[in-house]
Amino acid sequence: MGQLSGPTDPTADAHWEHNHPRKGFFTDTSICIGCKACEVACKEWNHNPQDGNLELLGSSYDNTGSLGASTWRHVAFIEQGQERIAEARESGRALVSLGMPRIGPPAAPDLAEADTTPPDTADFRWLMSSDVCKHCTHAGCLDVCPTGALFRTEFGTVVVQDDVCNGCGTCVAGCPFGVIERRSNGTIKVATSREDQHDNHPAVPNVGIAQKCTLCYDRLVDDQTPACAKACPTTSIKFGDHDDMVETARERVANLHAQGMTEARLYGANENDGVGGIGSVFLLLDEPEVYGLPPDPRVPTADLPRMYQRAGLAVAGMAAAAALAFLGGRA
Amino acid sequence: MANADCIIIQGSNMAECHPVGYQWVAEAKARGAKVIHIDPRFTRTSAVSDKHIPIRAGSDVVLLGALINYVITNDLWFKEYVGAYTNAATLVHDDYRDAEDLGGLFSGFDPEKGAYDSSSWSYAEEEGGTIGEPSGPEHGADAGARAAGDLFGSGGPALEHAEVQRDDTLQDPRTVFQIVKRHYARYTPEMVENMCGIKAADFEYLARAITENSGRERTTCFAYAVGWTQHSLGAQFIRAAAILQLLLGNVGRPGSGIMALRGHASIQGSTDIPTLFNLLPGYLPMPSAGRHDTLQEYLDANASKQQKGFWADADAYTISLLKAWWGDAATAENNWAFDYLPRLTGAHGTYETVMSMLRDEVEGYFLLGQNPAVGSAHGRMQRLGMSHLKWLVVRDLNMIESATWWKDGPEIESGELRTEDIETEVFFLPAATHVEKAGSFTQTQRLLQWRHQAVAPPGECQSELQFFYELGQRIRAKLAGSDDDRDRPLLDLTWDYPTDEHGDPDPEAVLAEINGRHLDGPDAGKPLSTYTEMRADGSTSGGCWIYTGVYADGVNHAANRKPGREQGPAAPEWGWAWPANRRILYNRASADPSGKPWSERKKYIWWDEEQRRWVGDDVPDFPVDLAPGSKPDPALGGPAALSGDDPFIMQADGKGWLFAPKGLVDGPLPTHYEAQESPVANGLYPQQQSPARLVFPRKDNLSAPSAGTRGADVYPFVFTTYRLTEHHTAGGMSRWLPYLSELQPEMFCEVSPELAAERGLEPYGWATIISPRSAIEAKVLVTDRMRPLAVGGHTVHQIGLPYHWGVGNNAVVSGDAANDLLGVTLDPNVQIQESKVASCDIRPGRRPRGEELLALVAEYQARAGVTIETGNRAITDPEAEGIAPGPSGDASAGDGPQT
Amino acid sequence: MASRSFLQWPVVRQLSTGDLLGRGPAVTSAKTKAITPRTATADRVVQSVCPYCAVGCGQRVYVKDEKVVQIEGDPDSPISRGRLCPKGSASEQLVNSPGRQTKVLYRAPRSTEWEHLDLATAVDMVADRFIETRRRTWQQEDEQGRLLRRTMGIASLGGATLDNEENYLIKKLFTAAGAVQTENQARI
Repeated sequence: MGQLSGPTDPTADAHWEHNHPRKGFFTDTSICIGCKACEVACKEWNHNPQDGNLELLGSSYDNTGSLGASTWRHVAFIEQGQERIAEARESGRALVSLGMPRIGPPAAPDLAEADTTPPDTADFRWLMSSDVCKHCTHAGCLDVCPTGALFRTEFGTVVVQDDVCNGCGTCVAGCPFGVIERRSNGTIKVATSREDQHDNHPAVPNVGIAQKCTLCYDRLVDDQTPACAKACPTTSIKFGDHDDMVETARERVANLHAQGMTEARLYGANENDGVGGIGSVFLLLDEPEVYGLPPDPRVPTADLPRMYQRAGLAVAGMAAAAALAFLGGRA
Repeated sequence: MANADCIIIQGSNMAECHPVGYQWVAEAKARGAKVIHIDPRFTRTSAVSDKHIPIRAGSDVVLLGALINYVITNDLWFKEYVGAYTNAATLVHDDYRDAEDLGGLFSGFDPEKGAYDSSSWSYAEEEGGTIGEPSGPEHGADAGARAAGDLFGSGGPALEHAEVQRDDTLQDPRTVFQIVKRHYARYTPEMVENMCGIKAADFEYLARAITENSGRERTTCFAYAVGWTQHSLGAQFIRAAAILQLLLGNVGRPGSGIMALRGHASIQGSTDIPTLFNLLPGYLPMPSAGRHDTLQEYLDANASKQQKGFWADADAYTISLLKAWWGDAATAENNWAFDYLPRLTGAHGTYETVMSMLRDEVEGYFLLGQNPAVGSAHGRMQRLGMSHLKWLVVRDLNMIESATWWKDGPEIESGELRTEDIETEVFFLPAATHVEKAGSFTQTQRLLQWRHQAVAPPGECQSELQFFYELGQRIRAKLAGSDDDRDRPLLDLTWDYPTDEHGDPDPEAVLAEINGRHLDGPDAGKPLSTYTEMRADGSTSGGCWIYTGVYADGVNHAANRKPGREQGPAAPEWGWAWPANRRILYNRASADPSGKPWSERKKYIWWDEEQRRWVGDDVPDFPVDLAPGSKPDPALGGPAALSGDDPFIMQADGKGWLFAPKGLVDGPLPTHYEAQESPVANGLYPQQQSPARLVFPRKDNLSAPSAGTRGADVYPFVFTTYRLTEHHTAGGMSRWLPYLSELQPEMFCEVSPELAAERGLEPYGWATIISPRSAIEAKVLVTDRMRPLAVGGHTVHQIGLPYHWGVGNNAVVSGDAANDLLGVTLDPNVQIQESKVASCDIRPGRRPRGEELLALVAEYQARAGVTIETGNRAITDPEAEGIAPGPSGDASAGDGPQT
Repeated sequence: MASRSFLQWPVVRQLSTGDLLGRGPAVTSAKTKAITPRTATADRVVQSVCPYCAVGCGQRVYVKDEKVVQIEGDPDSPISRGRLCPKGSASEQLVNSPGRQTKVLYRAPRSTEWEHLDLATAVDMVADRFIETRRRTWQQEDEQGRLLRRTMGIASLGGATLDNEENYLIKKLFTAAGAVQTENQARI
């Protein structure tokens, strides 16, 4: 049996017999230029349909909104003033002085001694961050899937098999990040004046099926880099062995802290968190909520053993009570 | 750029418009380089820079001039470099008068022609003469008309000879150095604060960053794009940066220079092999009637055999081109068919052409992957111009607005045009994409890269190569047998390219012709290896001399593809860079006058005493065996006259020009003038706008009044146009793609919260933007990324307008076109329009439809009192013009700024 | 597909692989097991250059059955190192876009609609108009008797996705014809 919570190697947990290291992303938002190459490269590789309604979303340069059945990479744009930057810098510093619980620093330099002159543009900033499926160590979507459509790959990633999925939607509720979604019936809402232009667009594949990032499983089997990471112009999206990614991410945070950018912090690198750490770690420059990420994600099945234990106790208790009652009745 | 210690991005939004190129900036930054973005808007580039400095659009020369002043005043210039490699020590003639002396004008201005006679800007000659141009002076009005500034894409302007007078102490007031110093003395940090809206502290930060990262050990690099070129003095913006970079020794060295970030796949190639009215391939001029009536006149005007450097051999390049085009029909007897070339008689640029269309002088128009109905300034003029054509050929991938304006354009909606009345025949011919044809693109660093054909074009799609080859064949067939002299150039044209089974001509055969070949002697038929093999006696041919070598030894070097990771940083075996596969131009300057690297850290090309050769990481941009200390007699002329310390081998005197005695038609030194339309009065001179800018006073091209004149408050705001990462230019290659369209679906404008409050604009609601040309609507993005600037005591609001959308029914996304707001005013050096700054008003709500739209624009014009005179006078300071204001010379008729 | 022996039943596989929770090899479908990227099954890979901005990023074009199936960055390129921006990443859609026009269209004077012409006819019509306009608008000399040898009745405006060889033929043909108003995006 595999584990349902805590630190573990998810591939071994799923009983793959091989020695592929776990693969993952490291998205360094501090060097993201918000170009959205990842969004396009992803859609193009996976042939995901257009899903916007072709109107401004009202969210800075973000017209995608969120991850969904047809959007497996999403770039958020956040504009912030001086006050918020100071708060972020302070909250990041606090994480450090608390021993960086989310970071677990590798012999971090003594940051108290480092030059912590803040960077030059301090009065305004425009954060950009490319979000993606987290490929959790303990994946809620996978653990609740009743059909075996979702599976843990030999690379430690989580993938939907569209030929198996029956569209029941259980996984949608099982994801603590709100990533996985069923693809709608394919008719995207467009401004009325433009409807005629969409007549000859190809039929939308996999309607009704749960869809999300596969970490380009079909490319990994051929030793190719996922489409988004390959395209990324500034290497904001890095791809590699999960352990290396976490290591690189930690070094980068330490580096930024040494430059005075104490707002930098890691997201998803803590294997003791509610999902056992994630396969796609992030370097953020503010609280996760600012980017639309849950601060403390928790896989619903993490509590399953405890629930079963209690349920077992209850069952045993009830059985005992019933037995007692029965015996008592007989007595 | 990856080698720079400091990168200044100004006039460019590099991270958004060149994201993949930006990786090199990101890499430099990761290694500790400072990155500063100077731009009216806080963009995605600013977001990843060390610092963003907001600037008022169009005020860049004030800032750059102040940096020049800072460098000189604080004695921070690179003495050895400047003394040896620039023209700092050269004496300018006594007759020269600076803009400082004449209220913003240089000597030689002709108010009637609105242009300069530049002869007084010449270098001094022994015995009081001037070093002129080889074939006598050309009036600025004529040089401007043929956009003569374009000619200097590879070589500098011609001089009679290079026997200049020098004062190496730089003390003589006539030295270039002293002139530059005087010219910029009033460009101070206070002036920057007042004119650019940049705080003194920010200026200090910038000046320190640049100067601390320049010198022997360190280099600073500038990057610009059309944020600099699209101004009425755009060429001078770039010149100003060049002066600064030369003073700091930041030219010809690793991590130095001024990087032009060009916006289209082969736009560099399309000026090298120019589909431009005023150029022949390799930056040779198209001949002009009256100036180049004979071959001899033409060759004399191009270059003197007495000037230094390789441009002195322009005769060989010209005759090789004529041989490439007309083969055996080009003989010594007929002057190599020089008279087969048509002649210019003035400006025939794209904007003049559109005005000719409106006068019914143009019958036929080819649009080849270009969408002027959306992408050119003054979209309405473009579309109305096309409605006067007899026939229009549009070749594109998608049904762009320039193909459908007769059906669904804005003028159909406004009632100005009726489809049933439009006589124009329109042919839409589908084009091939980049993977459906083979050929070479020249990218922004002059690198030619071959594209192999992947698949055949679908349906009736064709490459331009095939279409024009076929069109030429048909025209020639139809004219065959004609004894009309005018048809000789077409019938004698070399036009026999091998074709494949689809009738597609072999692009490598065309490349081979461009490269050139030996025509007689033992090597007859063999490709030329380098342009120095070209001869003026008809024994060589070559279609573009600067590309000679790309097909050396019969090998297509543009297709060289040795992986980058298997080569050094210059990667010479990937593609082929002109000239001679050289990656950094003028790289002789990377070594000191004695030939040693300036520093170990910035080592690139140096003199190897043992081998007696220049060696290093690149192809030396210098005669390879010319020792550093050589001092040949300048009278020798040509490459033989170059000294060992003349790194600028394409300049007529071998030096980098701080002061340009020739070549610019609007002044020898960059000087700040306000834009054609500006809410700010020029704080430096009484002269408001560039006196030599090209204006088009027409009823359909009205300008907003400038600061201080009546009606200026009707169009109180500045707007600037730009691109987004998610789209490409006028949208022909992006608005038809669902994946790109959904990322930026609608036209919007960017405004500051302050302006939104002042005008009652709702976030993500609609706004109408009105200029003297048109009114458009856009969704409103209220953002702190737009900052009001305090300029000259009042607040200047700037509005950002991306220009990708157009009105039509065929694209996935459409919307009003920002370029409809623009008028046509051109830089006189290169005839590029001023589209990065103009005046407008903004108000909430959608624009009116139909005739009411025209009424709205007219109502604004009336309220502002604009006439065709407004903003169009060359000299705006009546005193300078020497004319007392007449009874009508008050504010209502004139438009001079209050001083 | 392999025969549906009971050994393929997930529950059997769950037991035999040890993947008791059915999260790994036990639940992979035949389709999943056979998965191959289309970059690996392409008939050929062709090196190209991105057609958008002037950085000149290298592209690899994957072709299957004479159709472009994928375009991605060329890691060999020392300029781009395999990376592409959103436009470059959308290149495949530029080629295969459903909205792309692949037929010749013609709009007659005063007409409200397009009609289809075949390509050869269209090119021939353009050649006729070219010759006719050139004849009608020919300028041999200026008023001072200086040679002009040109037509001001024909103009062109090109984009910069045209390559050098194409521009060369355009310039050569138009100059020989005397059509001097040849322009391109560089002026804009």
